[in-house]
Amino acid sequence: MAVESKTQSRSAALETATAAAGGSEPTARRTVGDVSVPNPVMTCRQVNVHYGDKHAIRDVSLDVAHNEVIAMIGPSGCGKSTLLRCLNRLNDTIPTAVVTGTITLDGQDIYERRQDVVQLRARVGMVFQKPNPFPKSVYENVAYGPRIHGLAADRTELDEIVQTSLQRAGLWEEVKDRLDQPGTALSGGQQQRLCIARTIAVGPEVILMDEPCSALDPIATARIEDLIDELRQNYAICIVTHSMQQAARVSQRTAYFHLGDLIEVGSTDMIFTNPKHRLTEGYITGRFG
Amino acid sequence: MNKPDPLRTAQEQGRIRDLVERGLRRRYRAERRFRAYGLAAAVSGLLFVGFLFLSIISTGYTAFVQSYIQIDIRFDAELIDPEGKQVEEILRMGDYSGVFKAALREKFPQVEGRRELRQLYGLISDGSAFDLRDMVLDDPRLIGQTRELWLMASDDIDQLVKGKIDRKLPEDQRVVSDLQLGWLDALTAEDRVERRFNRVFFTAGDSREPEQAGVLGAVVGSFLTLAVTLLLSFPIGVAAAIYLEEFAPANRFTDMIEVNINNLAAVPSIVFGLLGLAVFIKFFGVPRSAPLVGGLVLTLMTLPTIIIASRAAIKAVPPSIREAALGMGASQVQVVAHHVLPLAMPGMLTGAIIGMARALGESAPLLMIGMVAFIADIPGSLTDPATVLPVQVFLWADSPERAFLERTSGAIMVLLVFLLVMNAAAVILRQKFERRW
Repeated sequence: MAVESKTQSRSAALETATAAAGGSEPTARRTVGDVSVPNPVMTCRQVNVHYGDKHAIRDVSLDVAHNEVIAMIGPSGCGKSTLLRCLNRLNDTIPTAVVTGTITLDGQDIYERRQDVVQLRARVGMVFQKPNPFPKSVYENVAYGPRIHGLAADRTELDEIVQTSLQRAGLWEEVKDRLDQPGTALSGGQQQRLCIARTIAVGPEVILMDEPCSALDPIATARIEDLIDELRQNYAICIVTHSMQQAARVSQRTAYFHLGDLIEVGSTDMIFTNPKHRLTEGYITGRFG
Repeated sequence: MNKPDPLRTAQEQGRIRDLVERGLRRRYRAERRFRAYGLAAAVSGLLFVGFLFLSIISTGYTAFVQSYIQIDIRFDAELIDPEGKQVEEILRMGDYSGVFKAALREKFPQVEGRRELRQLYGLISDGSAFDLRDMVLDDPRLIGQTRELWLMASDDIDQLVKGKIDRKLPEDQRVVSDLQLGWLDALTAEDRVERRFNRVFFTAGDSREPEQAGVLGAVVGSFLTLAVTLLLSFPIGVAAAIYLEEFAPANRFTDMIEVNINNLAAVPSIVFGLLGLAVFIKFFGVPRSAPLVGGLVLTLMTLPTIIIASRAAIKAVPPSIREAALGMGASQVQVVAHHVLPLAMPGMLTGAIIGMARALGESAPLLMIGMVAFIADIPGSLTDPATVLPVQVFLWADSPERAFLERTSGAIMVLLVFLLVMNAAAVILRQKFERRW
């Protein structure tokens, strides 16, 4: 199944970008498997990202469905994190990054000029590889998002948001007595759950997770994975991971990237039991990566 | 099986161990040598600082005491208020130096002749007349009474009492005459000479008479000047650093600004003085010699230091914190105000400390804008003529009177204490801002 060229206007921009990048590079590989889903929350169509001269991802099209966990796997430098950072326009902070193609959230182009980045990032939250709580108290960490977006009318409402978010992140029982202690004093796993609580406190529709467990021990990892499974009831989650076991455990769909190309997409069961593409098969069987 | 690995034969392993062994000794020697150099550098640095402090303190500590001479003063109505009106204006005009001169004559009645009398009057500081006047103005009932009072000794007598003038020198080589020596010894024998804490040194402005000169004028001048400098250079410097680091587009214009700022930090400070003279005094008409214009000039000088340090501090804020805030949907300004600024504040304050310490010790640019003038009054506002501590040190060091020597060192000590207090305040502030992550 090929990519439908929904937007003709984009292809012109795409050509210019390709030409600028050096012209005669090999055409993008066709993705194996169905990239689209019915009623998606986010869609990417023919997304290309250049960092200066480097063509980081090529013609990637992929949908994110409601209430699903989609895992992005692939060897280092394959562009999975780059795609993730396009979904909330965090790539905007890199001056040399050029993004072309269409990415929509609920049918609306997020790279359109009318789209406000602040609004977008409130709707598409992000959890990073290294737990990065603010050097403030646990409470302030969670209350920060609601505060800057003006989500709570008064202190009781804010308290409620903080409590609910911490409960959903499975951290409430551990920190309820020390909300005023610095978030950086928690253990690594707790810090990461604090970051998740902070993200869900602003009520996003999609949560992006960039290798959220790579800095954690197996027990903390297991807790986060359980959490991801629970969060799926309310949010769409994109997770980038280097651990194939993790991808198999938490996700419903898996996308395999290789050197900037989206090689294969499919249900996680299928990707791990019956991969169609030889690159996918090579990666998941551990021949390279 | 494969052929044996050459690195794994017993013979080869022994050779490797030998090589490492030999290298090991050399490495440890190099390490010991390196440590010795470092220690030597630290010790010699400490020695120099110690020597500096020792020399300043040993010459300067006597500036904090002053000799006083006790004498029976008769507040003669004839000299103070001949018409007995007791009006302030008339009391103010009284001949108070006549009062203590009469007292000295009474004490040593055998002294005769103008030259000898002048030597006798030279025992007591001329400034004592003002002290006596103030006493009478405070309490006019003193007129007609006699009191035993401690009056300030003149600077040369003071130096003699402190042992800074050698009695054994021939008379024509020392400032204190044999006659004065005799009188002083007579007074000492009666326990009428005493060394007391030199309050004047801390409460008076500059004076031509060493015993009446104090550092308060310069301390207040330094304080006002640095207040202007801090209030201007810190906000401007931090704002410039934030703009350049967070908002400025990366283009040739920004590059040019950056190069210029770095060069400004290396401009000799006297050039800033000339600039201040031309721009602030000549063009804008800011009053000369005033803390305001001094602060403006020092602001120009301090800005590059603060900007460079602040930019480094902003750069050192971990990108993960920035990304976390951006990922939460914070706007650029919110990221800066809520996260970057608080985390960079300790580094910025360090830059401010360095800049302010340099500004405090600066005298060259201030010479250009007239802060080198002799100013006896303590400045009361930003536009009053003033001088600053380093310039005061310079002025005193330049004075011929021997007593200014110890006062120069005394003023240096005051300057160092000023610096210490300022830096301590900044360090405390910095610790308040410092956070772990």
